[in-house]
Amino acid sequence: MTLEELNKIKKQKEELVMVRKLVAEQGEKLAKKTGYRKQVLVCGGTGCTSSGSKKVIAALEKAIKANGLEKEVLVVRTGCFGLCALGPIMIVYPEGAFYAQATPEGVERIVKEHLKEGKIVKELLYQKTVHDDGSIISLSETNFYKKQLRVALRNCGVIDPEQIEEYIAMDGYQALAKVLTTMTPDDVIKTLEESGLRGRGGGGFPTGKKWSFAKASKGDQKYVCCNADEGDPGAFMDRSILEGDPQCIIEAMAIAGYTIGASKGFVYIRAEYPIAVQRLQIAIDQARKYGFLGKNIFGSGFDFDIEIRLGAGAFVCGEETALMTSIEGNRGEPRPRPPFPAVKGLFGKPTVLNNVETYANIPQIILKGSKWFASMGTEKSKGTKVFALGGKITNVGLVEIPMGTTLREIVEEIGGGIPNGKKFKAAQTGGPSGGCIPALHIDTPIDYDNLIALGSMMGSGGMIILDEDTCMVDIAKFYLEFTVDESCGKCTSCRIGTRRLLQFLEKITSGKGEMEDLEKIEELANHMTVSSLCALGQTAPNPVLSTMNYFKDEYIAHIKDKTCPAGVCKALMHYEIIPAKCKGCTLCARNCPVNAISGTVKQPHVIDSDKCIKCGLCMKNCKFGAIVTK
Amino acid sequence: MTESSLNTFKGTIAQERELKKVIELHKDMPGALLPVLQEAQGIYGYLPIEVQRMVADGLSVSLSEVYGVATFYSQFSLTPKGEHRISVCLGTACYVKGADKILQALEDKLGIKSGECTPDGLFSIDSCRCVGACGLAPVMMVDDDVYGKMTVEQIDSILDKYINKKGGK
Amino acid sequence: METVKLKINGIPVEVPKGYTILQAAKQAKIEIPSLCYLKDVNCIGACRVCVVEVKNRRGLIASCVYPAEEGMEVFTNTPKVRASRKTTIELILSTHHKKCLSCVRGNNCELQKLAFDYGVDEDRFKAEEPIYEIDDASPYIVRDNNKCIQCMRCVAACKHQGISVIGPIQRGFKVHVGCAFEKGLGESPCVGCGQCIVSCPVGALNEKSQIDEVWNAISDPEKMVIFYTAPSIRATLGESFGMPIGTNVEGKMVAAIRRLGVDKVFNMDFTADLTILEEANELVERIKRQDTLPMFTSCCPGWVKFVEHYYPEFIPNLSTCKSPQAMFGAVLKSYYAQKYNIDPEKMFVVSVIPCTAKKFEATREELRTFDFDDVDVALTTRELSKMIKGAGVNLADMDEEEFDEPFRTASGGGAIFGATGGVLEAALRTAAVMLDGKFKKIDFKEVRGPETVRTATYEIAGVKINVAVTSGLGNAKEILEKMKKGECNYQMIEVMACPGGCINGGGQPVQSDSVRNYVDLKALRSKALYDCDKANKIRKSDDSPVIKTVYDEYFDAPGKPRAHKILHTSYVKRGKY
Repeated sequence: MTLEELNKIKKQKEELVMVRKLVAEQGEKLAKKTGYRKQVLVCGGTGCTSSGSKKVIAALEKAIKANGLEKEVLVVRTGCFGLCALGPIMIVYPEGAFYAQATPEGVERIVKEHLKEGKIVKELLYQKTVHDDGSIISLSETNFYKKQLRVALRNCGVIDPEQIEEYIAMDGYQALAKVLTTMTPDDVIKTLEESGLRGRGGGGFPTGKKWSFAKASKGDQKYVCCNADEGDPGAFMDRSILEGDPQCIIEAMAIAGYTIGASKGFVYIRAEYPIAVQRLQIAIDQARKYGFLGKNIFGSGFDFDIEIRLGAGAFVCGEETALMTSIEGNRGEPRPRPPFPAVKGLFGKPTVLNNVETYANIPQIILKGSKWFASMGTEKSKGTKVFALGGKITNVGLVEIPMGTTLREIVEEIGGGIPNGKKFKAAQTGGPSGGCIPALHIDTPIDYDNLIALGSMMGSGGMIILDEDTCMVDIAKFYLEFTVDESCGKCTSCRIGTRRLLQFLEKITSGKGEMEDLEKIEELANHMTVSSLCALGQTAPNPVLSTMNYFKDEYIAHIKDKTCPAGVCKALMHYEIIPAKCKGCTLCARNCPVNAISGTVKQPHVIDSDKCIKCGLCMKNCKFGAIVTK
Repeated sequence: MTESSLNTFKGTIAQERELKKVIELHKDMPGALLPVLQEAQGIYGYLPIEVQRMVADGLSVSLSEVYGVATFYSQFSLTPKGEHRISVCLGTACYVKGADKILQALEDKLGIKSGECTPDGLFSIDSCRCVGACGLAPVMMVDDDVYGKMTVEQIDSILDKYINKKGGK
Repeated sequence: METVKLKINGIPVEVPKGYTILQAAKQAKIEIPSLCYLKDVNCIGACRVCVVEVKNRRGLIASCVYPAEEGMEVFTNTPKVRASRKTTIELILSTHHKKCLSCVRGNNCELQKLAFDYGVDEDRFKAEEPIYEIDDASPYIVRDNNKCIQCMRCVAACKHQGISVIGPIQRGFKVHVGCAFEKGLGESPCVGCGQCIVSCPVGALNEKSQIDEVWNAISDPEKMVIFYTAPSIRATLGESFGMPIGTNVEGKMVAAIRRLGVDKVFNMDFTADLTILEEANELVERIKRQDTLPMFTSCCPGWVKFVEHYYPEFIPNLSTCKSPQAMFGAVLKSYYAQKYNIDPEKMFVVSVIPCTAKKFEATREELRTFDFDDVDVALTTRELSKMIKGAGVNLADMDEEEFDEPFRTASGGGAIFGATGGVLEAALRTAAVMLDGKFKKIDFKEVRGPETVRTATYEIAGVKINVAVTSGLGNAKEILEKMKKGECNYQMIEVMACPGGCINGGGQPVQSDSVRNYVDLKALRSKALYDCDKANKIRKSDDSPVIKTVYDEYFDAPGKPRAHKILHTSYVKRGKY
């Protein structure tokens, strides 16, 4: 592959892909040139696949055939668009018509009315993209997308991840060509350092610096690793990138290989991500075929290849030394540092390890320059960050925002607010290693340093929105349960510390807590922070420390008043029947699975708290609102 | 790992041949143990002692090291799972509505205990804690399908669906 | 040598580059406590006891793995450090079965010492935890995971032995050490060397105690109780009584054993000599007959079991000689019983050995010459010291006494059996004379020393003899792998399962990390044996008058039918599972 050949492919495919980037007239003109009147993009990411996008695609192809449109309409299976809650998602270009929650039946209508007859099926559109007068709003103008800035996700939902030529059309492999033909390794490092790019996996270590260490280490063999073992419950940024734009990771890893002097790369990816694994493998095979992997890439004499290794279900393997221990075929236990991976990493060789999102930024930094990248974000956090938005939020999905966007913008504008008119209580970031940002700090600009100052952390990008119905002690307990399950057990502080912390929280949520437990929790949490071997143990207490910091009154309510203010902790909850409201209809008693409710017909009933298992069925069934929790 | 499941190892020659091929392919690859165990589980569905011994021999590592790795990662299972996984909720609400009787009936019907797998590999039974469907108690799940308000009489017809599915494949 | 300069608690120190903070601190006369670190065995930075503060570093740092760096300022005793260590110890204690009063390690438990030093409240993080079943089904090692603190020192020791029959199982709080599929040690291909025991900081591992059986026999008037002590016991027993490492306590030991009420105390150096006669003869025969070579020594039962489990194809290479322990039992129940007209079934033969594998050996069917076991009980050095203490005897106070006749006298060659290289050297001394009557060399220093593998070539009577010596099964494994590839050509190889030989056996007194991390235990203990050899007028086994007598009176000559029947054995192919 030469640069000329690369540019030739780019030219051939550019217009086809550009149709999806433009709308209205420009798009229409371009569409005519490509030979396809319409392009239908259907999300084939994990989220939409679980909601049935495979059936939708099958129905779509069938209907297109039935209507004889095969030659005019192109179906593109893309990666994630971000709005997972609306899946399966389907977008028709050049109009940019956004169909949400597509069904095989709806698809038949869309093909017939829209694709064939040119009439958009408005009632099947995502309603936020329809003006009151019935005209369509461009997707990028909707609240969900308006404040987003797609750098790492730029190709997700745009290209077919299984077609390398579509990636090439979007400037794919131009960065690698530039690096190999015009830049020295030091140039690359300088560019990254000036861009201010920091690791997107959690810690936020400057990427350029990391590469320069690995470059400086001597070794007959060096390695480039990609951490795709995204284990935070509720985070799926890396999965979406690998599913939607796998080539950009390959390109970035090759750039890293050239920079540090490595000829071999490993992608360590969760086995639980079958679609991502499959797409990445296809991408690697195609990259080899086109000469972007293998020997003498771009005639530069640089050799590089990539191997996929599957994780086997251990959160701790997201920690860099544990990840390498796991690739080496062992129990994924972290190792003490030093030696740092840049000096002695995988198989004892100098190694650079970055996560997926970090890599996804790199080709563009090379192409557009460090100044372009540094112009986005805040003083110390440059560029954008992808978040997996979840929990009590209207627009559950994947968002990419410039660093410095406030939490309020994310929650109220991009996220579409809290459903059911509930109040925002806190946002949890950083997963089991992070903490909560309470409503008090909703105007904080999101970046690495601000989050740490608030006692949370960026983490890999999970953002769970919590509303007033969430018990913060229970949330802390949920994360502790997770870390107890996922601790590797190597060091004392984490192995026993997490377990003891959890036991304290269980004690408190079951109404047996004592005030002195809070002191012990704090002491133990601080101990783990300074004494644990790896980041998992050091950060495991964060969910507890942070909730105790902002919501101490809830802890105290559990301990002193034996109540759960949010009404979540079952052991502290009581169902009661208000005699004045009870009509004695017996519905509750008949529905109680444990016969805890007694009373005679037309007389107020009574709940026996000793028997009650707090399943809530009585309350659900009561037609008179006579049953309450206390 | 219960003794009975140890005794019921039903590996075939074909499976063994496949595993040996996998081992041969990975033997000289650094860090081969994890990929080989993943493939072995793909072949056998789980990692019983017989399989782990073959892996240990093939890769020249001790059985205890193989076992240490197999028990570290949650992806690996030491007990066979059925093609269809039945789990019976034994949470309080289901329990008082007779979930134990459902479980008992299932065990009798399939001739296996909770935690085990039928000899033909079609079903395995597990019990679980609350699945959050107390209103439907007693609840049983087959794969991802939830069946609520279960009665012993319904078991046959539900199982038949999955038996027939197999026939149709 | 490149060095780095740093400050520890304000004290300037200069240490070789590559030293850890822990080692550097020791040089500054500051001992940092540790638990999972054990020099040459385990270095994983996991227990978090050895944490220190380093200026401009976040968090606390595990000093056992962190390299000393130029200009570094280390603080080992700040309030933050002390508080962290204390909490760590409290956490460990919260999972530990604190049966300290009756624990085998009650008097030298590393965890107990830390708890004491840091004034730890053992119940601050108290919680109900699951109870592990004690594995006591093997005849040699007992494992009690309820006392285990997951330091992984035993796992590392087992890995160093090239065996890895134990390892961490599960993860997180459920991590525990055990054999594959939770089987007992007795069902696993464990060779019983006991290196795990001497690596354990607490009482989670111990030999299977047979003290009660021995006391019962002693108090049984029908039984004639005979003790004999292995060559290395004299060099280590004193440690259990507070004497300096490497003190030779032979005379005091004999006196103390007599105080237990036993009938005879014999010197196992005698059967070491006897082994040499048989083994040297076997070597000479094998060389002459061009039989299977190299010949492997067979006196170490851990090594023998290792070959049976892992390298059964090399069983023909093992010398057929019984070990000195087994030979002694056989001699007592045949020759000695006949000579003094004692019913062998009324004898109760107790060997005192540095080794847990010998407990297994004593139960081997193949060793039986008659219808009863040659050796009734094999006691470790630790068990003997316990019995002595239990009898109210202070070893240090004893006047020296001599071993009983007729097996009192032995050669220096017998004594050095207890150190790596000793068996081969003793065999060479005798074999050389068998091949060449005028051969004079006595000290074969080439095969001594701390190197993991020593090789030498000797020309005797025109025959070139290549020999190799190693200890530690991990090292032995390397030699065997080379042999498999045809990369070496030896006539005789000595292997001792334990690194350093019997003086560092799995049945020896346990020295804590604070000793093992800084003192060369093996060198000090083996010196006592080589001093013994040097001081002995008789250096060669074949010069021992006792040896001459037993051959004249009973065995005829090495390798003759009766000698072969009683003093030689066979082996079993065991396999790995």
